[in-house]
Amino acid sequence: MGLRIIVLAKQVPDTRNVGKDAMKEDGTVNRGALPAIFNPEDLNALEQALRLKEKYAGTEVILLTMGPTRASEIIREALYRGADKGYLLTDRKFAGSDTLATSYAISLAIKKLAPYDLVISGRQAIDGDTAQVGPQTAEKLEIGQVTYAEEILGIENNKITIKRRLERGIEVVSSPLPLLVTVHGSAPACRTRNSKLFMKYKHSKTVTELQEATEDYIKLQKDRPYLTIEELSAADINVDSEMVGLSGSPTKVKKIENVVLAHKESKILSDQDKDIENLMKELIDNHIIG
Amino acid sequence: MANFYTDNEILKFHLTNPIMKEIIKLRERDYTEKEKYDYAPLDYEDAIDSYDKILEIVGDITGNIIQPNAEDVDAYGPKLENNKVIYAEGTKQNLNALKEGGFNSFIFPREYGGLNMSIVAYVMVAEIISRADASFVNIYGLQDCGETINEFASKEIREKYLPMFLEGKTAAMILTEPDAGSDLQAVNLKATYDEKSGKWMLNGVKRFITNGNGDICLVLARSEEGTSDGRGLSMFLYEKDDTTTIRRIENKLGIKGSPTCEMVFKNSPAILIGERKLGLIKYVMSLMNAARLGIGAQSVGIAEACYREAKKYASERAQFGKYINQFPAVYEMLTNMNVRIQAVRTFLYETAAFVDIYKSLNSIEEERPLTSEEKQMAKKYQKLADIYTPLVKLFGSEYCNKIAYDAIQIHGGTGYMKDFPVQRMARDARITSIYEGTTQLQVVAAIRGVTNGSLFAAIKEHENSEINPELEYLKHTLINMTAECENIVKKVTETKDNEYIDFHSRRLVESAGNIVMGYLLLRDANRDIENKRVAEIFIKLAESENKAAIQYINSFEIKDLAAYKHFI
Repeated sequence: MGLRIIVLAKQVPDTRNVGKDAMKEDGTVNRGALPAIFNPEDLNALEQALRLKEKYAGTEVILLTMGPTRASEIIREALYRGADKGYLLTDRKFAGSDTLATSYAISLAIKKLAPYDLVISGRQAIDGDTAQVGPQTAEKLEIGQVTYAEEILGIENNKITIKRRLERGIEVVSSPLPLLVTVHGSAPACRTRNSKLFMKYKHSKTVTELQEATEDYIKLQKDRPYLTIEELSAADINVDSEMVGLSGSPTKVKKIENVVLAHKESKILSDQDKDIENLMKELIDNHIIG
Repeated sequence: MANFYTDNEILKFHLTNPIMKEIIKLRERDYTEKEKYDYAPLDYEDAIDSYDKILEIVGDITGNIIQPNAEDVDAYGPKLENNKVIYAEGTKQNLNALKEGGFNSFIFPREYGGLNMSIVAYVMVAEIISRADASFVNIYGLQDCGETINEFASKEIREKYLPMFLEGKTAAMILTEPDAGSDLQAVNLKATYDEKSGKWMLNGVKRFITNGNGDICLVLARSEEGTSDGRGLSMFLYEKDDTTTIRRIENKLGIKGSPTCEMVFKNSPAILIGERKLGLIKYVMSLMNAARLGIGAQSVGIAEACYREAKKYASERAQFGKYINQFPAVYEMLTNMNVRIQAVRTFLYETAAFVDIYKSLNSIEEERPLTSEEKQMAKKYQKLADIYTPLVKLFGSEYCNKIAYDAIQIHGGTGYMKDFPVQRMARDARITSIYEGTTQLQVVAAIRGVTNGSLFAAIKEHENSEINPELEYLKHTLINMTAECENIVKKVTETKDNEYIDFHSRRLVESAGNIVMGYLLLRDANRDIENKRVAEIFIKLAESENKAAIQYINSFEIKDLAAYKHFI
């Protein structure tokens, strides 16, 4: 029972290693100062897809990402880990898209790549933290969705069973396919890059990247068609230009504030038993402990 | 995100040694495999780029998986349950990560699913892993058994067993017995040929077996009834089944994550590797050389970890109003640690490069006759590798112990506490100068090369190489040291008194080894002047050590040996 799985992933600035020049003076992210990485929860999503590939022979894992040319890097990263193919959705028209416009473009790209059994993505990206693109895409595709997945337990008779990680516990749900699943960061970490796959795919490039490549390289790509990463433009997926980019994005940034975190309510206690006792009493009364 | 490859720039310096061009070209058969395998390199630039990136993946796994697991692996270790060894949880995770990365068949040819990478890179992987968890490299490094199968077993056996490594199967090198440790000629495990099954049956006890639960076991056993020396021993491949019992896992001082087993063989079926009677004299010698190089790498890795812990601690700990790394007594220790690591590391990778070249040529010889030039080259490098390997093991392990000792010293009382990792490293370090042949046995293995002039011939090749004028004075020192060393070797050997020669042989071997390391560091400084400081400090240290040794020997007559027997 081979599945066709589309994994959605995003290249993001690594906001986990924020240095002092991470933000510009106007409060926006200085992307140049942060290394671009594979969004962490999208890696968890990829791992779930790769596990299904191991479990169900004939399964195909396709990575889809939207972004500028350099986002091809995360497609290669996925190929090194076992994905079969990658598509880069890229067009100037997409610039400035908010979650609504992004999910619109992605849903059209997925339709173009149909048929599929599963769409799997990370819960959210670390640059925006909206957790909206997955659910919105499912809506536009008119398929079901299961969010906050921690583990895909299995698929039987076209029915998938998924363990969800929720704030107050674990929930196991099942759903018919096709389905969109967003994966939580508590899911197993993605496997490491495989050295053979790395050496096989390290020369893979998108059509745009190839334009700057040497002749040897172009010949290599001709001999080994699997090295070409396909690009999808706005025209390829028949978008309505009004619905993508800034014009298709109702979200407008009104104001950006720098938030300085500080302890607002601090109390200084003496090392006397009385003070400690009072504190204990207060903590118990407030139900913070006990 | 820690990366144990990229955070140590000298590794890339050694990886990109100009000799690698020759090494990879031989290994890749002049880049002809690309037609057959989609992961074979296109040319040297492509290959060395892949090497670099693949080591980066290993650096990532070691820094982010193996190292964080190390403390727990040390604390809990493997367990024996129903005759099966259950690895510590961390060890399992480590094995899985390396399997996923495809690193379990790092040096095997592609036709058996391997990556066909060079031994230099393989040794580098071992060094990096050891820096994270020395006990783990004992399991990972058993790929050496696969290399021995690849070198000496039939194609049929290779085809069956080498791909098993890729699936995550582990190996064991089963030599030692209760009465056969350093003296492997005394091995007694019995191998009898069973006409009916066409297999050999193994019976007996083996002790101190690293990873005795391994799936693919190379066993040294006595196949020739009535013999009592090394010529009656053969090498067998035993695939793990229920016929062996693991009596216990030893409770060791260090490398606690690596299961050291006592095993009983009872009619265990096995197949012969290579030819009968060559078990010890040919195959174990080859396996042992690979293992010794591995211990060299393990030693460098542990030493690097110790140095880094000590350096960090000394930069954070203040006493008497300043950080302790500002005191000469402390900064001297730190600097000597670093310099000795660099010295033995360059020795390690030089030796690995020699092994790389002659092993590639040997395997090319299976495909076509070698040219006379190639034959000469194979012979030369094998000879050099055989002389260098025991020296690398000797210096690596002794330095590693000294560095671990000093690392605890710099930590003071804190370092003696189990809360800090240096004590684990020091416990792990202790075995390096013992197993795969003690330091004293490495001296025995190396002394011939020193007394018969082969090592000095190699040293003199360095004398003829062109050097940056800025470094000329160091070369001058080394030339003087060489002359003095040759004189003292002559003086000792001329006595023709074997006991006297044995008594001083460690001093002679170490003096000569110091010169080799001095020249290698000088060469590294010549390639990149940034390395000058290390060469300068090391040569200064080496010069004074050699002078002390010479002074001692000069004041020592044969009759003085008698006094040394009073206290035994």
